[in-house]
Amino acid sequence: MRIALAGQPNCGKSTIFNTIAGYKAITSNFPGTTVKYTETQTHINGHTCTCVDLPGTYSLTSGDPAEVEARNHLLSGEVDVIINVIDASLLIRSLELTLQLLELEVPMVLCLNMMDESQRKGIQIDIEKLSKLLDIPVVPTIATTGKGLKPLFMEVVRILEEKKTGIIPHFSRDVEDIIRQLILDLRTEFKLQHHVPSRFLAVKLLENDSFFVDTLPDNDDVSFRVKRYQAKLEESHGVPADEVISSERHALAMNLSEKASEVVHPPQRDIRIVIDHWAMHRVFGYVILAVVFYAFFNFIFSIGEYLEAPLMNLFNQWMNQLKGSFREGSLSFFLSAGVLQGIMGGVAIVLPYLVPFLIGLSLLEDVGYLPRAAFLMDVFMHRIGLHGKAVIPFILGYGCSVPAVMATRILEFPQHRFIVSILATMIPCAARITIIFALVAFFIGPNAALGIFALNILVVAISGKILSLLFPYPEASLGLILEIPAYQLPPLRNTLKKSWYRVREFIVIAWPILIIGSVLLALMEYGGIEKHIDWILSPLTRLLGLPVSVGTTLIFGLLRKELSMIMLTQALGTTQVLTVMTKTQIMVFTVFVTFYIPCLATIAALWREIGKKGALLAILFTLSVAIILALMTRIFLGIILG
Amino acid sequence: MVTDIQGGQGVRQRLGQMGIHPGDTITMLRYGALRGPILIEVHGSQVALGRGIASRIIVEEVQ
Repeated sequence: MRIALAGQPNCGKSTIFNTIAGYKAITSNFPGTTVKYTETQTHINGHTCTCVDLPGTYSLTSGDPAEVEARNHLLSGEVDVIINVIDASLLIRSLELTLQLLELEVPMVLCLNMMDESQRKGIQIDIEKLSKLLDIPVVPTIATTGKGLKPLFMEVVRILEEKKTGIIPHFSRDVEDIIRQLILDLRTEFKLQHHVPSRFLAVKLLENDSFFVDTLPDNDDVSFRVKRYQAKLEESHGVPADEVISSERHALAMNLSEKASEVVHPPQRDIRIVIDHWAMHRVFGYVILAVVFYAFFNFIFSIGEYLEAPLMNLFNQWMNQLKGSFREGSLSFFLSAGVLQGIMGGVAIVLPYLVPFLIGLSLLEDVGYLPRAAFLMDVFMHRIGLHGKAVIPFILGYGCSVPAVMATRILEFPQHRFIVSILATMIPCAARITIIFALVAFFIGPNAALGIFALNILVVAISGKILSLLFPYPEASLGLILEIPAYQLPPLRNTLKKSWYRVREFIVIAWPILIIGSVLLALMEYGGIEKHIDWILSPLTRLLGLPVSVGTTLIFGLLRKELSMIMLTQALGTTQVLTVMTKTQIMVFTVFVTFYIPCLATIAALWREIGKKGALLAILFTLSVAIILALMTRIFLGIILG
Repeated sequence: MVTDIQGGQGVRQRLGQMGIHPGDTITMLRYGALRGPILIEVHGSQVALGRGIASRIIVEEVQ
């Protein structure tokens, strides 16, 4: 049994999914959080089911890659029940997708989510009437609190057993006539076998959906016939056929909404309107944006700094004890020092900054501030040849480059995806932010760290300009079309779960690599291999004026960026970095590590999203940017610091 | 009220998906700074539109 959660972006599919799957899919308050499907096995009333959480899609017509993924899944014929999740406060627009899903003739349950929001807007929905009109079960829910989810799945099971599909509301008579004729032609004259229901196919062909037009057999007669019907529709309605169909669907959705819902009172004005008045203001909006990010920065730094110092002391104590109990220079000393360094690196250097950062990011996401940031930044993104939606991969890039690269799927054009993917990898991810905080902010001062973030944004902007000049878009870009969802009080439990989900990723995947890497480095030090690697990299380290011994750490940084930092203390043989490196050297090292080649996981993601060539280009581009910037930092700081 | 949407199938489709069709009523909420995007309300949802695409929507003022 296969259950698919389908619906428009940001209606709460992933939230519903997570209540049955545990926290498995990232949820946020912005459209397009889910860009690939997630599956889970579950038991409902003794049925073993696979439940699939699909990316949101506004319609079943071709769109961006995330939408195409959702559509292909729905059309695969493997889905036994569709749970169509809709935002009850946006009934008309949501029903347009519902109407298309009904045409798939798959058993379906309509989940009216966000009932609290629709009540606040004063919309009263007659559940029974809507259910009768479409002949499918309709269940009201509030996914964030879990309300109504149990009845929802009961209905799913019932409809699974009955295998009953809903009714497809009809368009105007003349449109229906043409659809019927086309179906007949496809069936009898052309004996066309297609894996989708014939009505659905006929409508999509009339809409001139390129995906379905391309699947037609190489038979001029069929396409000719389709064209003739399209012309007929255009003639009688005065607008192109696709517009006829979309207007018909729109009219049906309005009609359904009118019959099944009424506005009982005007929307409650609440504080959120006031907040938005300021948050999206043409002047104060930017001030607030700056303040939000400055506060965010300070929040991470003050917590991290507070925790790092005592933990580091503890670590140094243990290290000294180790020196006492093992003979220095012996293999067992190197091994145990490596393990201790790996473990403590995670506890003392990474976690103090990573945990507050991830909690802060999750909060920002869940409140719904990110789309506002996209709105505000759109005008600047245009300057570098992109548009505001690209802000979302960038902001996600501050968490981890891998989801950032994947989030480029919400962009429509391959050219945009290509450029934004490369730029997103240049945004310092949580690991690199840790390095900036633990090294620069901790040893030099918070302002120097802020400087690196500012430099980073500047460089990303310039790189964007360069890349968009090198790879101009062949097609005219449509510009920004982005839904701005209402603010939500962050469901705290959910926000914490999400932060934990991301921290766990570090603990389960990155930490073991840190420990292994740390041990490896210790062994290499013991065996003297490290010297050879350092020697090979010495042209680079000399050029940048760094201690030769940091060479190996740069190689390890390719595995996980945190490694560079933790190994740095190991390679230098002390946690008192300032005793062996000058402030300039620390800055140069951090700038280089911030920009150079993305880590392996990111390279793999780039490879998947923009191909081998794109990944290679990203490597070369980021490496050259890193070298140039590090060199500039060296020269610049050399001049001012003397 | 939207009277016409100028542009090809792509533009019509993307706007239609957001609930913007000829005949719909949209409310202008705010203009971004420096020719930035505009914010409109349509069928209860707020949508940000870049100036480029917004200029394709032909409207007529209604009360």
